[in-house]
Amino acid sequence: MSTGDARPGTPVAKTTPANRSYRPRRKAASTGWLVPAITVGGLLPVAVLIWDAFTEALGANPIQRATLQTGLLTLTLLVASLACTPLRLLTGWTWPARIRKALGLLAFGYAVLHFLIYLFDHGFSLSVMFEDVLKRPFVTVGFTSLLLLLPLALTSGKNAVRKLGFQTWTRLHQLVYLAVALGALHYYWGVKKDHVPPLIYVGVIAALFALRFVRRRPPRKKVSPL
Amino acid sequence: MSDKPESNDTDPQDPRILIPGSEINPRREFLRSAALFTGTVAALGGGLEILTRRPGAGSAEAQGTDFVRPARLLGPYDTKEAVTPYQQATTYNNFYELGTDKADPARNAGSLKPRPWTVKIDGEVKKPQTVDIDTLQSWFPLEDRIYRMRCVEGWSMVMPWLGFPLAGLIRRLEPTSKAKYVQFTALLDPKQLPGQRSNVLDWPYVEGLRLDEALHPLTIMAVGLHGKVLPGQNGAPLRLVVPWKYGFKSIKSIVKITLTEKQPQTTWMSAAPSEYGFYANVNPAVPHPRWSQATERRIGELGRRKTLPFNGYADEVAGLYKGMDLRKNF
Repeated sequence: MSTGDARPGTPVAKTTPANRSYRPRRKAASTGWLVPAITVGGLLPVAVLIWDAFTEALGANPIQRATLQTGLLTLTLLVASLACTPLRLLTGWTWPARIRKALGLLAFGYAVLHFLIYLFDHGFSLSVMFEDVLKRPFVTVGFTSLLLLLPLALTSGKNAVRKLGFQTWTRLHQLVYLAVALGALHYYWGVKKDHVPPLIYVGVIAALFALRFVRRRPPRKKVSPL
Repeated sequence: MSDKPESNDTDPQDPRILIPGSEINPRREFLRSAALFTGTVAALGGGLEILTRRPGAGSAEAQGTDFVRPARLLGPYDTKEAVTPYQQATTYNNFYELGTDKADPARNAGSLKPRPWTVKIDGEVKKPQTVDIDTLQSWFPLEDRIYRMRCVEGWSMVMPWLGFPLAGLIRRLEPTSKAKYVQFTALLDPKQLPGQRSNVLDWPYVEGLRLDEALHPLTIMAVGLHGKVLPGQNGAPLRLVVPWKYGFKSIKSIVKITLTEKQPQTTWMSAAPSEYGFYANVNPAVPHPRWSQATERRIGELGRRKTLPFNGYADEVAGLYKGMDLRKNF
């Protein structure tokens, strides 16, 4: 369970006494708190899950409940990371872009946790796992989604873009669309009958994907908020 | 209105609010960051919890009265496996009429009123009638039955039911020669069963058995659990229990029993015909199309158990299905 290298510190120049000379007239306030706050907030459900496990708040079938919740956390955080770019395009805000990586890595962390709980559920039997992956479409798509997230997590470091080149890196990271679509399908096929919750995810993902093609330039004039 | 693409001092959405003046007050700056940090942690953490956390139902207070009954003796069909505690048996339920989450039925069961309650018996019987639940109960001595219960979702419990064999009721009604099946219908009343406001299934819930399955001595009508009156979430006041079939066959809160010539079309058959068949016998060799049925989790245990053919009742019921392809008749 790690969120990789989501470090405090942001690409935006912080105003510190050292670089004060860059902007002599006005000083930007610090934004160093943002990414650590997203990381801590995103990990909060792990603490609550452990607490729930010890206080028997997970109900009569705690493993099933933990599996479901970590899966939902994965999907929710993936959707949140996908919402960053459309949000920036629509509003002109810059902070969504700065937390995108942390959200993506949190999603990956929960996907791994979800997978580990599934393995624990089946006594860490790899034969059962491979049979499931090969024979059951619902497991196949979930596992594929996890595999797709792996290279994205591995190339989330600062140097990855430079090493791969911006275009290759961007291409690679477009796999997240496939991953989130397969994740939603995995959820849809996994529920017995109540398809409303998975369909809500499908709808949100589709809407975000559509917004991708809304090419609104960030407003140059600030509209004063009411 | 300036045209400079610079962040300004008045936009609260911009975390890079510029602080006027040439000096930044480090103390104020720290407090501001700390407040924003805490707020963001609470917002994201809280939002994720709201979207994904569904805590189990709290402790279920045993409702209703104890049945007065003789000291129990282990009967020929009782399992000696550890009984699932009342708390788990009454807070982890599938009863979509009271909500689709496992904890919903226990939370919402208060709206289900098990008295007054009548059961209509009709179809291919010589003595069709509508009978009050207390009268119906008084016709038969209540028996304890400790049965395994296996859900199609891959979990199981051991339930100490109280009830009477369905065979006694059916014989009392005198089926005609045309009676080949028994159809059961559950209550339809969105006021009492708020889950019926959603169309997750076609209401009312309908189930059915072949007549010989219904007459089998293992098949009972349950009115109690753990020595107490059946709680709403477990199908008060009257439910079917067919222990060698997946749990969804054991229909809850029954208001109608109809003997028919044709095989009834059950609710789950209509919902997903390729996944839920009429027979629904517990069978580790026939996987559900989307998941395996080879193992199950016994509630209260961490590991998994191997699922047994006919849920461990093969000696008693396998004969009912001689010559049938159980893969086709799933």
